[in-house]
Amino acid sequence: MSETPTPEELVKVDYKPPRKAWMDSKPEMRRGVINWSAVPKNVEYLDLPFPRKWQPTDDDWKLPENWKEIILEGMRDRLKRFRTFQIFMDICVRCGACADKCHFFIGSGDPKNMPVLRAELLRAVYRREFNLAGKLMGRMAGARELTVPVLKEWFYYFFQCTECRRCSVFCPYGIDTAEITMMARELMNLIGVSIDWIVTPAANCFRTGNHLGIQPHGFQDSVNFAIDDLEDITGIRVDAPVNRKGAEILFVVPSADYFADPHYYGFLGYMALFHEIGLDYTFSSFASEGGNFGLFHSNEMMKRLNSKIYMEAKRLGVRWILGGECGHMWRVLNQYMDTMNGPADFLEVPKSPLTGTVFENAKSTRMVHICEFTADLIKHDKLKLDKSRNDRWRVTFHDSCNPARAMGILEEPRYIINNVCNNFFEMPEGTTREQTFCCGAGAGLGTEENMEMRMRGGLPRANAVKYVHDKYDVNLLTCMCAIDKAVLPALMDYWVPGVQIGSVHELVGNALIMKGEKKRSNDLRGEPIPGKEAAEDV
Amino acid sequence: MNALFSLVAVVVLMLLALFGTYGAGLQYLFGVIIPYIAIVTFLVGFVLRVVRWARSPVPFRIPTTCGQQKSLPWIKHHELENPSNGFSAFLRMALEILFFRSLFRNTKADLKSGPKLVYGSNKWLWLGGLVFHWSLLVVFIRHFRFFTEPVPFGINLLEELDSFFQVGLPIIYITDILLLGALTYLVGRRLLDARLRYISLNADYFPLFLILGIGCTGAWMRYFAKVDIVGVKQLSLGLFNLHPVVPEGIGAFFYIHLFLVSVLIAYFPFSKLMHMGGIFLSPTRNLANNNRVKRHVNPWNPVVKIHTYEEYEDEFREVMKEAGMPLEKE
Repeated sequence: MSETPTPEELVKVDYKPPRKAWMDSKPEMRRGVINWSAVPKNVEYLDLPFPRKWQPTDDDWKLPENWKEIILEGMRDRLKRFRTFQIFMDICVRCGACADKCHFFIGSGDPKNMPVLRAELLRAVYRREFNLAGKLMGRMAGARELTVPVLKEWFYYFFQCTECRRCSVFCPYGIDTAEITMMARELMNLIGVSIDWIVTPAANCFRTGNHLGIQPHGFQDSVNFAIDDLEDITGIRVDAPVNRKGAEILFVVPSADYFADPHYYGFLGYMALFHEIGLDYTFSSFASEGGNFGLFHSNEMMKRLNSKIYMEAKRLGVRWILGGECGHMWRVLNQYMDTMNGPADFLEVPKSPLTGTVFENAKSTRMVHICEFTADLIKHDKLKLDKSRNDRWRVTFHDSCNPARAMGILEEPRYIINNVCNNFFEMPEGTTREQTFCCGAGAGLGTEENMEMRMRGGLPRANAVKYVHDKYDVNLLTCMCAIDKAVLPALMDYWVPGVQIGSVHELVGNALIMKGEKKRSNDLRGEPIPGKEAAEDV
Repeated sequence: MNALFSLVAVVVLMLLALFGTYGAGLQYLFGVIIPYIAIVTFLVGFVLRVVRWARSPVPFRIPTTCGQQKSLPWIKHHELENPSNGFSAFLRMALEILFFRSLFRNTKADLKSGPKLVYGSNKWLWLGGLVFHWSLLVVFIRHFRFFTEPVPFGINLLEELDSFFQVGLPIIYITDILLLGALTYLVGRRLLDARLRYISLNADYFPLFLILGIGCTGAWMRYFAKVDIVGVKQLSLGLFNLHPVVPEGIGAFFYIHLFLVSVLIAYFPFSKLMHMGGIFLSPTRNLANNNRVKRHVNPWNPVVKIHTYEEYEDEFREVMKEAGMPLEKE
């Protein structure tokens, strides 16, 4: 973080557009705002084209000779395959409603971070190549030729979009910049221009089943470790089977849940919950990742990485699948999985073994969100909860982009939180639910090298947290997204020191009264629960 | 610069019509041939564009959800912002198309010292856009008075409503005022707001000035210039019935008006004005969020290279065995 400007410096955002027309200004490729290129080894492992050593800061990107033809051919092909792409290239009226909806624009003031101009980067080339007026009149018709500097601009700005879809909520035609960014990234992949934080996790995931590259025994170790930790805290030794055939439910989580803080406390929460209700479930060491960095790469990569979920469900012979807390994972599961790798006709329509609730909303995909599952348990009074165990937390909830805008799971987590803690405060209107602000580091941009840009992009989210922190002393920002949990701690330390990040199911695990548990003096973080300990000592 | 260029282009078009008819006497060209060419261009261009859109499939169902999903029965579901079936998606689209629902949400972000970000309501664009589009529609429908004899009841009624306030002579149509007012706002914001000026292309100013030109010449003819209305109707009825006639002595303003309309409709299919058709096909709005209920089929679902469990176990069998994990093959 040493190179990152201070918050005081960074907040001096100039929103006045420069005098130079946007087609004439070029971004500066520098550390702090860009991401490093994909390492050749992993590009090769995934059989992707043109593996080579290069960096965005180099003058020469060592592009293949015919790079331009490849991209234009790729555009032609995608215009024919994606109605979104074709329509979104044609119908934007540049009304400007999207301009100040983007967190990167709000945090940077860079006009090309207005979603409309981000898309125009692609549209200008589209007009030049696929539109008569653009061909004839060139720049007069808003067209420009695809050149190396234009490609570099694409790289800069399409890896400065987190595909959060907030602009799409406000667009009168529903133009979705996430879709446009996805197209641009697919096109750049064709000539071997991608970033390491997408390609390397994808390669890991393809090989080991998870982004972190954790091998099966490592996964088993993590689970065993969690069992021990949970025993220390609750006095109960839970059973958490891995790769067990014949279980009723396959439980799939994002890999950070069992490998990173603060995700891990939520992982303990799941395990405590499943033990308490006696759920017949299994983990899979191969389907050890629900997240899918393929979403940030290309539709083909998304399909490749997603395929293991149904395959493992079939191999293990489960009846249905339950999914943990993760944002983009749920975009893939909700909007892509069934289409790509379904139909899941070998599974049954999910039914809660505790409440008998049939999850009609997952009738075809047969995969249920853990928050839907837990909310149903609480509603049916199946859990004994002690809210006061979370009293040290003053809680707010961050709607993660994908669950909010690509699914609409807004009430379930709120219902759970309100049932497991006493102090819950909403962030201001316009920053939550479908209008929620991105963490600033989604879609493969959660790296160290672009820290300045992350802090800029995260400003709107952090600023809303600051509001509830100042007003209600909020000290815990809960969310149900693994990327959020990984990147928000740095964002909070930078903008709102004193706010920690937690999982919804961390709070559930804390509040859950388990049969035969020992007196809980520590919460799932292993930290003392203030009131409880005192009462014991007196 | 873009604005000036577009303004000049529209003025040149007006002068072209003026000199073409009153200088060169090409009334037949401007009154009959060009309008016909324009209409044919519009129809063919519009259809081809929509066909091109429709031919690209919708591989994935990707609605943007703006409200609570339909999940558990006791959780209140937002049917319009997160449609669970085709009918609800239709209603969502209707709200979008008739009332610009998404634009209504518009906010304005302000970074104040603190730092403190505040989001204020910002409905001017919504209001301006809505007034503009609805007025334009009413004005368009009112023009059928020129294409029909006798004039249908509905159009007479619309005229009466539109002149409800009975002000001026000839009585002023409310929509004329609204249309020109809204257009002025839409042009004004593009010129005065630095951010919008930065993103605006010729293609944004040109249609605005063109429609402004059409509106102004139309209003001028109705309220001030008093063109030969009988002659105008004769010409338009003739055009409509495919028996074109060009009566003598129709004022120059009429030909300028008609020429600008011809340019507009011919330009339409090649421009951003196609948002009129595109909105109906926008996959983030016109699909239900029922992905988990009903499988969406991708017609080109690609065959991709996958990594199977067998390959995975082959690579890791030894370590799995050591960790005591179940195996398919010992």
